[in-house]
Amino acid sequence: MPHTKLRRLVTISVAVTLGATALTACGSSDDDNGAESGPVSLTYWAWAPGMDKVVDLWNRGQGKKEQIQVTVKKQASGDTLVTKILTAHKAKKAPDLVQAEYQALPTLVSNDALADIAGDVDGAKDKFAEGVWQQTTLGSDAVYAIPQDSGPMIFYYREDLFEKYGLDVPETWEQFAETARALKKKAPQTDLTTFSANDSGLFAGLAQQAGAKWWTTEGDTWKVGIDDAASRKVADFWGGLVKEGAIDNQPMYTPAWNKAMNTGKQIAWVSAVWAPGTLTTAAPDTKGKWAMAPLPQWSEDDDVTGSWGGSSTAVTTDSKHRSAAAKFATWLNTDPAALTALAKEGGIYPAATTAQTSDAFAEPPAYFSNQPDFYTRAAAIAKTAAPSAWGPNVNVAYTTFNDAFGAAAKNRSDFGAALATMQDETVADLKKQGFEVAE
Amino acid sequence: MSSLAVRKTAAPAAGTAPGTAPGRPPRRRAALVPTATLLVGALYCLLPVAWVVIAATKSGSELFSTFTFLPGTGFAGNLTDLNAYRDGVYWKWMGNSALYAGLGALLSTAVSALSGYALAIYRFRGRETVFNVLMAGVLMPPVILAIPQYLLMAEADLTDSYASVLLPLVLSPYGVYLARIYAAAAVPADIVEAGRMDGAGELRIFTRIALPMMVPGLVTVFLFQFVAVWNNFLLPYIMLSDDEKFPITLGLFTLLEQGSNTPALYTLVITGALLAVVPLVALFLVVQRFWSLDLLSGAVKS
Repeated sequence: MPHTKLRRLVTISVAVTLGATALTACGSSDDDNGAESGPVSLTYWAWAPGMDKVVDLWNRGQGKKEQIQVTVKKQASGDTLVTKILTAHKAKKAPDLVQAEYQALPTLVSNDALADIAGDVDGAKDKFAEGVWQQTTLGSDAVYAIPQDSGPMIFYYREDLFEKYGLDVPETWEQFAETARALKKKAPQTDLTTFSANDSGLFAGLAQQAGAKWWTTEGDTWKVGIDDAASRKVADFWGGLVKEGAIDNQPMYTPAWNKAMNTGKQIAWVSAVWAPGTLTTAAPDTKGKWAMAPLPQWSEDDDVTGSWGGSSTAVTTDSKHRSAAAKFATWLNTDPAALTALAKEGGIYPAATTAQTSDAFAEPPAYFSNQPDFYTRAAAIAKTAAPSAWGPNVNVAYTTFNDAFGAAAKNRSDFGAALATMQDETVADLKKQGFEVAE
Repeated sequence: MSSLAVRKTAAPAAGTAPGTAPGRPPRRRAALVPTATLLVGALYCLLPVAWVVIAATKSGSELFSTFTFLPGTGFAGNLTDLNAYRDGVYWKWMGNSALYAGLGALLSTAVSALSGYALAIYRFRGRETVFNVLMAGVLMPPVILAIPQYLLMAEADLTDSYASVLLPLVLSPYGVYLARIYAAAAVPADIVEAGRMDGAGELRIFTRIALPMMVPGLVTVFLFQFVAVWNNFLLPYIMLSDDEKFPITLGLFTLLEQGSNTPALYTLVITGALLAVVPLVALFLVVQRFWSLDLLSGAVKS
């Protein structure tokens, strides 16, 4: 994307200025003073489109009864927002509530920016798949956020072109590689898909599916497993395909990629449940020609998928009304009316399991009108999402991914070396930040 | 061969009265390389602009599918969409940008004029120190200051307000530097002296005599500041959280970064970016004529 550079510049300049902050291990003090009375007004930084309309439902309904009014301040999503929240937190000016991607939660928690709301969210846990909920607890007894949307990964392919070229939908990664090679033979100008070195989230999701755990803790010590066997398997698999030229090596989300998707030069896409929205703008001419299937598996008996994207609602330690904020966050992400509105106004795929099969998802997305059971299948796939393990410097790992894998993909060289670089840089940064890291 | 021939004919021409060379002046030949360089430079600068202009005419489905420099059919639709996006918040951003850039540049030009004049005309203890500190400020990228400025504003409880963006803009080291250099060159000490002899106060000398002489320089300062603020991203990004107060740069950024489930609104961003350039172009066209205003330079004989 053209703005990636700008985004990185912003992130870097903010990070540089913030400097190396001495960080302590996870955990925040809970000094919320009992129940409060009188009207409460909360501010909420979020990027989901139409969030203000969903919040209006609260302000006019339950929020009015409980005298809790919420104001949405629309933000740009991404790593830059995390740095903005941390900057605001330094000045004790963070908003009461923030929308945060799952992989950003450890960063926010280790900077003591997120409050533990475990005491205020009774019963919320059961509404979510375990792999999703676990991301908001960071493996502790605390609860740092309520899941909002999730991005279970799904395989998309051009139904018509698969038929034309006589290809079967791959069920394992082995078959996926065979399919790519078979296509190259039949139509040398066409690629099954591309390996995009711009999309660290995609690679992270694929590694999760293979069973990778990139960040784990033992006591106060972090262990980084980016270069573990599972991730290496994934890296070598894609590196091999790129090297032999079975798939393309150009990044996604560029005008060229849009064109390739739109003209049938690329006929499949490893993506997530939110793909219909992207395809609508990227490949408008191929509406109704795509279909979805579960992600290929590493072995035939497996039934796992990874996650790409997704976010949660968190309460900050700067909030003076944590219970009220937690109450709102719970309503927003578990109340059926709220979830329906989120799906309609914001186009999000809810993390709450019951909402995934609610009326809002009875119809397939317009782009996939040819596949009436789109959301039924998506809900089934969502259940198989592997748990993810995020650490406090995902942004560093992701930046290194972009650089190291970008070069490797461009030169069609060894992906294993790129993975090792990613591991080393991530460990070095953790140490620099003052964390204890096991080798 | 031909260049040799030209040189031969050029030689006697150079010997005759300068400026009245007969026929085509041979120097034109030599200007070919610079002209070509400038043309390439102009192309380099104008091509992206042309891209934005053409891309703004394309509808969402045409944007990536039709030939890059083929105009599309969606300009009116894009304008309507942009206008309708969240009840026309785009125009609010445009207004905010105009306020930040206009008022900010005006304030900083005023401060630059005063301090630049003082540094150029008056001799006082520590003058060079002040100037050297300012020079250091010129070398400091404003990006680095954004976070400390945010923390200061937070102390004063001013974050997320118009003032939080305007106040840091008031003092521009580069503006003061330019104003001082210009004042030193354009306001002769003799004139200031003459003003004093005639009994004018210092403030009167500044406003009535020096300021008009400094106008071309100050226009430059104003334009520099205006463009810098109009394009500024990080300072408002850090300071503001309410998108009703966002300038255009920030607003367009939120359109691009809507989270992974929502595609970036490319057509809106491109159309928005095109419209955001219009005020800048208009400003340059209007203010440009002040640059050649150098009538006062002959006030004293040198």
